[in-house]
Amino acid sequence: MLKTEFKNNILTAYIDGEIDHDTAAKIRSRIDGAAQSLKPGLLCLDFSGVSFMDSSGIGLVMGRYRQMKMLGGALRVINIPESMYKIFAMSGIESLGVLR
Amino acid sequence: MNIINEMSLSFPSKSLNESFARSVAAAFVMNLDPTINELSDIKTAVSEAVTNCIVHGYRRSKGTVYIKGKITDNNKVIIKIRDKGCGIEDVKKAMEPLFTTAPEEERAGLGFAVMQSFCDKVKVKSEPGKGTTVTLEKTISQTDNDR
Ligand SMILES: Nc1ncnc2c1ncn2[C@@H]1O[C@H](COP(=O)(O)OP(=O)(O)OP(=O)(O)O)[C@@H](O)[C@H]1O
Ligand SMILES: [Mg+2]
Repeated sequence: MLKTEFKNNILTAYIDGEIDHDTAAKIRSRIDGAAQSLKPGLLCLDFSGVSFMDSSGIGLVMGRYRQMKMLGGALRVINIPESMYKIFAMSGIESLGVLR
Repeated sequence: MNIINEMSLSFPSKSLNESFARSVAAAFVMNLDPTINELSDIKTAVSEAVTNCIVHGYRRSKGTVYIKGKITDNNKVIIKIRDKGCGIEDVKKAMEPLFTTAPEEERAGLGFAVMQSFCDKVKVKSEPGKGTTVTLEKTISQTDNDR
């Protein structure tokens, strides 16, 4: 469901599978655990392995954005699959400037 | 407008059933030959409605989530998702984008907005103390050429 990698002060979380209310809770606690102990300058969420997401995925991204702000770091979301453009577009998350 | 297929389903309000419910909805519409986008829209909208039953409707309790599906001969899919949970005081307000009663749980308040943008029609009937029924309607595009 999740692999993490820490290199050059960047924590990358490779999210795998479906993001819904059920899985988001587990993904969130794994990412926050790693971020709190490593205190990375940048948290990178890699969505290339995500096959489905609903609004719980938006909540997950916004929550990590706030979490990184609190820890004094930044957030970036990369490799969003085309099928998820629509939900990201309507979320208004684009205005945070974290999507790549 | 004739009904060409129907289904009904019920399951306990456990979060692992969110993926079960959207997979059933996807399988139900499959023989209308939906596009990948249409299929993804239906899965996402059903996931939102079912999650709301579990997260909000049955917040302080356990209960049963009920789904009824219908397909009519004009390629329209109608899916009703119902809970017998706490109900919604002000439906109009609940449907406003970004409105949520659970911000501390990282809810974005986008569930109804997603249902509305991913379906042709969304109806919400709710009574405080009795429960909530959400009806989703979507017409699947017809392709004249055999794919
Ligand atoms: N089945 C339900 N029973 C009781 N209240 C509900 C139900 N569905 C929605 N609500 C209420 O409507 C609000 C808005 O729902 P909506 O799905 O749009 O956002 P959310 O669930 O709070 O957040 P998100 O869906 O983005 O995770 C909820 O916060 C809740 O107060
Ligand atoms: Mg919701």
